[in-house]
Amino acid sequence: MSDRAVAVVRAGALTTVQDLGRPGYAHLGVPRSGALDPPALRLVNRLAGNGEDAAVLETTVDGCALRPRCAVTVAVGGAPCPVRVDGRPAAWGTTVRVGAGSVLEIGAAARGLRSYVALGGGIAVPPVLGSRSTDLLSGLGPAPLADGAVLPLGAAAAVPGSVDAPPWPGPPDELVLRVRPGPRDDWFTAEALRAFTTRAYRVSPASNRIGLRLEGPALERAVPGELASEGMVLGAVQVPPDGRPVVFLADHPTTGGYPVVAVVREADLGAAAQAVPGTPVRFVRVR
Amino acid sequence: MRVLRVGDRALLVELDDGAATEAFHAELLRRRAAGALPAVRELVPAARTVLLDGVDEPERLAAELTGWEPAPLHARVGEAVEVPVRYDGPDLAEVAALWGVSVEAAVRIHTAAEFRVAFCGFAPGFGYLTGLGERYEVPRRATPRTAVPAGSVALAGPYTGVYPRSSPGGWQLIGTTDVVLWDAERDPAALLTPGTRVRFTAGGGR
Repeated sequence: MSDRAVAVVRAGALTTVQDLGRPGYAHLGVPRSGALDPPALRLVNRLAGNGEDAAVLETTVDGCALRPRCAVTVAVGGAPCPVRVDGRPAAWGTTVRVGAGSVLEIGAAARGLRSYVALGGGIAVPPVLGSRSTDLLSGLGPAPLADGAVLPLGAAAAVPGSVDAPPWPGPPDELVLRVRPGPRDDWFTAEALRAFTTRAYRVSPASNRIGLRLEGPALERAVPGELASEGMVLGAVQVPPDGRPVVFLADHPTTGGYPVVAVVREADLGAAAQAVPGTPVRFVRVR
Repeated sequence: MRVLRVGDRALLVELDDGAATEAFHAELLRRRAAGALPAVRELVPAARTVLLDGVDEPERLAAELTGWEPAPLHARVGEAVEVPVRYDGPDLAEVAALWGVSVEAAVRIHTAAEFRVAFCGFAPGFGYLTGLGERYEVPRRATPRTAVPAGSVALAGPYTGVYPRSSPGGWQLIGTTDVVLWDAERDPAALLTPGTRVRFTAGGGR
């Protein structure tokens, strides 16, 4: 029980390994992937004494439970949740020391969706194209966690991080997404463009790491027919034939054939990743 | 040529046709190799566009791009990648019928053409290859298959593609290859990168 590894006691609904992703390969059809809430990833890594790009665990809704085989420094951030070590309450959003063989329980998110768990040394699965991220669209990187799986850990820093953690902004009561119109806003009617930035949308439960799906007014097209496939960016608001916008998140496809009405600022996407289904969404136009 | 802004840090360059797009993409790669292009994180060619993502000063780059006159594509640059194919696909007879030729003639047409990877997408290592004439365009299947085997050589619209791994798909399957399209341990991981010349050869126990 002293090797640098961590056993998965309870995998949770969907827990994946994430770092800053694998940008630079979109021309080969490889999604960027990476943590959906990058500020949370960076913060838990700093708290655990890791580099900001170390691989951590991203949970979804109901957390996970882990048993490290070695003493390890841990930090849990992102969506606030109860943290327990061998059943005893431990701190969220700061550094926690977990002994070899102890059980670290990450509870269900009290607010928000995705908690981030950094372990000292980082998750050390073999990188694929420079990243350890699980890409759920194309299947690159490690599989989502399964009960009983064992993940290797890297060498921990001699001195764990000491960080004055700024308070987590918390999940939004209303998600405000700043957008720059285009590149295909001219494919929509004036009425649709008005509706897009004035009417209320809601986060759909069908949202995932590929896209934040929205319920609300359908956006009517002015141009019928098909758009030839073109390159897609993170934050692109793609409008499929049903007219309901989808905001592309980290595992989005690299090309797509539905028109992009606008693009969300990257700085707003961390909050989008923490918005629970039903959260009101408003698009605000900025130039 | 039209340059469209995409968010705060990207540009979408729209061109007249596929050939102009491939020429513009080749020009971008040439300039990048020569150190004459500002840092761009992603260069993503597609059917009629090239996306430049992760650009620090998109406004400035857009102005610069507008003045370019890319050299026409040199068709014979670089070695062609050879892909041996067993022409045994379940849709081969239907494709031959769409073309109005025999199955043997359809294979000859496909092996005589010189292809070029116009762009990648759909899945890591899936290339959209151009090179068949316009008269050989075929529609997608009305009902996509839930599982197309890895190595399937397939046609849709003006494109030929090879499925790097088993996945759902609506393309017309004309054959199978044992060539490894995608290997994350290889550099580049994709065999068919944008701009690569490709020839299909009949072989492997047909």
